[in-house]
Amino acid sequence: MTDVLNPPVQIESDDHGRGAGGGLDDVHGHGHEEHHGPTGILKWITTTDHKVIGLSYTVTAVIMLVIGGAFAEIIRVQLASPNGSLVSLAQYNELFTMHGSVMIYLFAGPFAFGALANIIVPIQIGAPDMAFPRLNALSYWLYLTGAITMLSGFFVSGGAANFGWVAYAPLSNSINTPGAGADLWIGGLLLTGFSAIFTGVNLTATIFYLRAPGMTMFRMPIFTWNMLVTSILILLAFPVLTAGLVMLYCDRHFGTHIFSVAGGGVPVLWQHLFWFWGHPEVYILALPFFGMVTEIIAVFSRKPVFGYKGMIFATLSIGALSLGVWAHHMFTTGVVLLPFFSIMSLLIAVPTGIKMFNWIGTMWRGEIWFSTAMLMALGFLFTFLIGGLTGIYLASPPLDFFTHDTYFVVAHFHSVVMALVLGGMAGLYYWGPKITGYLLNERIGKWQFWSLFLGSQIFTFPLYILGLEGMPRRVATYAHDPQWKTLNDISTVGAVIIGVSTILFVVNVVVSWKKYPSGDNPWDGHTLEWFTTSPPPHHNFYRLPQIRSERPTWDYNHPGHQALHHGQHDELALHAEEVPVS
Amino acid sequence: MAALALSGCTVPSFGASAGVTSSSKSVYHLWQGFSIGAVVIGALVVLLILWAVLRYRRKGDHIPTQHQYHLPLEVLYTVVPILIVFGLFAATLVVENKEVSNPKTNVIVDVNAFQWGWKFTYPGTNALVYGQTTQDPEMVVPVNTNIHINLTSSDVIHGFYVHAFNFSRYALPGVLNEFTIRAQSTGTYFGQCTQLCGLYHSLMWFRVKVVSQSDYNAWIATFNNPTAEAAAKAASKTTSQQTASLVPSKGSTTKYGR
Repeated sequence: MTDVLNPPVQIESDDHGRGAGGGLDDVHGHGHEEHHGPTGILKWITTTDHKVIGLSYTVTAVIMLVIGGAFAEIIRVQLASPNGSLVSLAQYNELFTMHGSVMIYLFAGPFAFGALANIIVPIQIGAPDMAFPRLNALSYWLYLTGAITMLSGFFVSGGAANFGWVAYAPLSNSINTPGAGADLWIGGLLLTGFSAIFTGVNLTATIFYLRAPGMTMFRMPIFTWNMLVTSILILLAFPVLTAGLVMLYCDRHFGTHIFSVAGGGVPVLWQHLFWFWGHPEVYILALPFFGMVTEIIAVFSRKPVFGYKGMIFATLSIGALSLGVWAHHMFTTGVVLLPFFSIMSLLIAVPTGIKMFNWIGTMWRGEIWFSTAMLMALGFLFTFLIGGLTGIYLASPPLDFFTHDTYFVVAHFHSVVMALVLGGMAGLYYWGPKITGYLLNERIGKWQFWSLFLGSQIFTFPLYILGLEGMPRRVATYAHDPQWKTLNDISTVGAVIIGVSTILFVVNVVVSWKKYPSGDNPWDGHTLEWFTTSPPPHHNFYRLPQIRSERPTWDYNHPGHQALHHGQHDELALHAEEVPVS
Repeated sequence: MAALALSGCTVPSFGASAGVTSSSKSVYHLWQGFSIGAVVIGALVVLLILWAVLRYRRKGDHIPTQHQYHLPLEVLYTVVPILIVFGLFAATLVVENKEVSNPKTNVIVDVNAFQWGWKFTYPGTNALVYGQTTQDPEMVVPVNTNIHINLTSSDVIHGFYVHAFNFSRYALPGVLNEFTIRAQSTGTYFGQCTQLCGLYHSLMWFRVKVVSQSDYNAWIATFNNPTAEAAAKAASKTTSQQTASLVPSKGSTTKYGR
């Protein structure tokens, strides 16, 4: 506790006993010597620099967002009339399967831990690169190969996978889903799964072993903490999915009967394996964005993260609880223990609520700057609040029986993922200048924010009502209930507005290209990435400040303005304030 | 929960409907309870966000006091949610236990789902309804009677979902899923497969037709099977309300169990 308030007097105390290696050696060793390697396309192909790999991840993931978004727009136009005929039933099944698969497997995860964490985490902890730079490059190439493999299903006879992104057995076996599209889906997912596992290994090792001197665990930025918990969840969950996919492939091609009743197998086993990965996956997707938003709110409120340690324990409890809730996706199977999975799922609301109040507490008594990044973060708060509250219903088995597989569930998780998109955009506007050295246009950014934020609400709200009126998910038509057209139309309008916001983002990148130099620290940032240049040099730092709290850059720029405990503000504030508030 | 259930009719519906079984009504009241909590907490959080955003917007180049910890507040917003969660869990258990209890059963229907349709058979009778996709096979059941349903699947996983029952259950291959339904008003209710099951999933429809006991007996008799009459007679012994009463009988419950 006291280390934050009263930093130890020793200058280079290596009080955590490790991490002295990489960081400082490189700082002194390389100094101002720049890295001379290949340039252009050859640099992109051969690089092991975490920043270049991260940038490749960013561009690839945004392309995936656009592809997945295009599928979503086709789905919404199909549903704009009760007997929509834009696509056939078969094409519709392919579209929603690939929409979900692209967004979950190829966009959200890789964007969080491949793109932003890959670039930012090593810099935030004062490391010169990831712990295993070549493994990092392998992760990217596996991801790209996996993405191409999965999407190539559209070009084989029989089309892409069409059994939903969850691929429930026995619908996903070779009798019910013959064709190469399903195999390409399995292969693509195996490849991106290994990519995720290697990134998880890399981030965990980097965070444990490459922290700069003084960067103790409880001085790590919240984003780095969240990425540590995310990486550990990846290591626990993804191998289970990999194993399940191998079993599924064996069932399809090698005559095993793991998931088929005929051979003595158990179809529900697939659901156990899938959701044992699938629920931690929800937090693997969410925690990175929680971390981004936490940092952004603190920086743009000019305050430390409120309840920093409570925030860390909340993240750890979310991680722990997320491993014991998978069967809430299976309440309606009738073969799982309802009360245990119900209370575990309900309890996740507690640490999530702590986070929400900590975010508000960070803004409380702050000085809020409404940049695009901050607006996106505020949009995240509201949208995630809706998604979180509607999730509580689904933890209650009787209410889940009632809403399972209806549009209520679709609306719930789209509120959550639209919040993550808002958080991801906040991250791009916030860290983009650090990666490129240039700011994005704030005026277009604000247009993008309002279209993304309002579009998300207009898109999801009608879906909640449709679900409560009984509209099931994954249906291409709803001819028996034509009165659902109005609500579906409103939702489609929302989806189009979201599409416009994505176009605005691309326009902004083009318009702002190398136009607004950002300087090293445009937002008065708190953490180490704002101490180095924009973009950072090859090994990230020429020098490091003393690290005596979780805000070393802030401490360096604003000596005397240290974080305060409750009840300590009076006397310290008097010394800290240069100009009294008018 | 009981108080909540009693006051159910005066609270807003929050988008849900009470349905036609007594279990669907319990679920509806649980829904209302959860919704009150969600609206109160949601409104509180939105107001706090708006207040912080409006009150503390940046007005100059001033560095605010660096407050970071406020232990009493942090304890408050940890403990209160825990209490709320256990309250919600208790209410959940009350409704859930009611659903999984095993009531006396008079009518048994074997429901078999397949790609892409439904088959309803009535053990002990010759009654059989079979229909594919939009042929809307109709499951006929008597009103105010416990109906025991044996749910199976012939191929992939399907979802037995009737909106008016506020209930769904998977039809799993290799697994017998059992639950009990007690409809309290006559009428025809739309049902649909809710678990993706292949090409014609969107069109895998059925109906549940709830009729009076005498109409049910007559319907069974149309299958010209002597055992059907016997079964219907046995059923009618325990079912006094043969009229299509729209008023829920006191104490009757619709129960889902395994």
